[in-house]
Amino acid sequence: MSGGMIIGARDVVKSFGQTPALRGASLEVQQGEIVAVMGPSGSGKSTLLHCLAGILTPDEGEVWFAGQRLDTLTETQRSEVRRDKFGFVFQSGQLVPELTAEENVALPLLLGGTRRAAALAQARDWFGRIGLDGLGNRRSGELSGGQAQRVALARGMVNGPQVLFADEPTGSLDSVSGELVMSLMTRAAREQNTTVILVTHDARVAAYADREVIVRDGTVSSLTGAAPSAGAAPSSRAAR
Amino acid sequence: MSVPLTLLGLLEREPSHGYDLKRDYDTWFGRGKPLPYGQVYATLSRLARDGKAIAGPAEHGEGPDRKRYAITEAGIADVEHWLSEPAPPEPHLQTVLFAKVVLALMLDRPADRYLDTQRAAHLQRMRELTALKERGDLMDILLADHGLYHLEADLRWMDHTAARLDMLAQEVHQ
Repeated sequence: MSGGMIIGARDVVKSFGQTPALRGASLEVQQGEIVAVMGPSGSGKSTLLHCLAGILTPDEGEVWFAGQRLDTLTETQRSEVRRDKFGFVFQSGQLVPELTAEENVALPLLLGGTRRAAALAQARDWFGRIGLDGLGNRRSGELSGGQAQRVALARGMVNGPQVLFADEPTGSLDSVSGELVMSLMTRAAREQNTTVILVTHDARVAAYADREVIVRDGTVSSLTGAAPSAGAAPSSRAAR
Repeated sequence: MSVPLTLLGLLEREPSHGYDLKRDYDTWFGRGKPLPYGQVYATLSRLARDGKAIAGPAEHGEGPDRKRYAITEAGIADVEHWLSEPAPPEPHLQTVLFAKVVLALMLDRPADRYLDTQRAAHLQRMRELTALKERGDLMDILLADHGLYHLEADLRWMDHTAARLDMLAQEVHQ
């Protein structure tokens, strides 16, 4: 695997019962790169994201993060990596409804051992960046879908993750709210040199990424290498 | 939509008379706008003049021009180049993309790879427009959005078509 790679999969196979989801998926992502993972429903793109994030372990193949095998770590070690090095944004914010927006953003810091006052102060800084100044004390039920997703983005980015995993982050939003989330996400990621693995079926969302790969039938293909070789035409049809 | 290249593509299947080419063109690509005979024969003459096709001897029979045309190596190279090069990503491409997919399938060429190449070109253009939106004013944003929505529609059509290539291939080979 190449030197600049921060995270990657090599020949990953993963089945659920008798149903194969990944059949030898390989992907290398560089530090700071924003990669869109596209593909039809059921192609295995979310399974690939879950394997890369250490949420699932592959049946075969390897997952690498920061020069180390992720798939051979214990569950406890993997959950520490997820907490300290990764951030997550899912389709619907999944904010904790009992907590305020600010407490939700502070959550990864609190779980990582930051003291409460410092964690909340750091969380508060994010509300200006995501255009929600003054709304930190609201609970998730008092936020619109787009606002809640911006809070979820801040929660995903607050501990300066090396990799942000975003699974259909705009899937439940209208187009304008979705664009705002994508714009904030890509700006924040570029400022912090955070790598983003973005699963989406929406080409307008994928267009925020640096490049895209397609998952088809459980394997990964890169569009940029798709140019057909020239000179393959059969010549027997030509008149002489 | 390039009539000369489409006719050349049809010629690559087998040497044909102008009449056959017009019939097949109208069937597959005409969509209610039949190609005039005059344009078919003028195009064939130009293709022969440019060395892309060769006209056989005049045959006896009805009709104005009973020559059978055959594609040359130079003609095949033109078809190959046209099919494999992505069209510039811009709105209202559907007739070109459709013609390329159908011809590629007729000629047993890798339509799926051509679609992927086109897809990559479309996404690259969408990235450029998205970057423009990030630094532009509202007018730039609205103009970029117009382009983005059209390109997205093309992409969805490509995905839909890619998922049905087997069925379409059966249809064009019938």
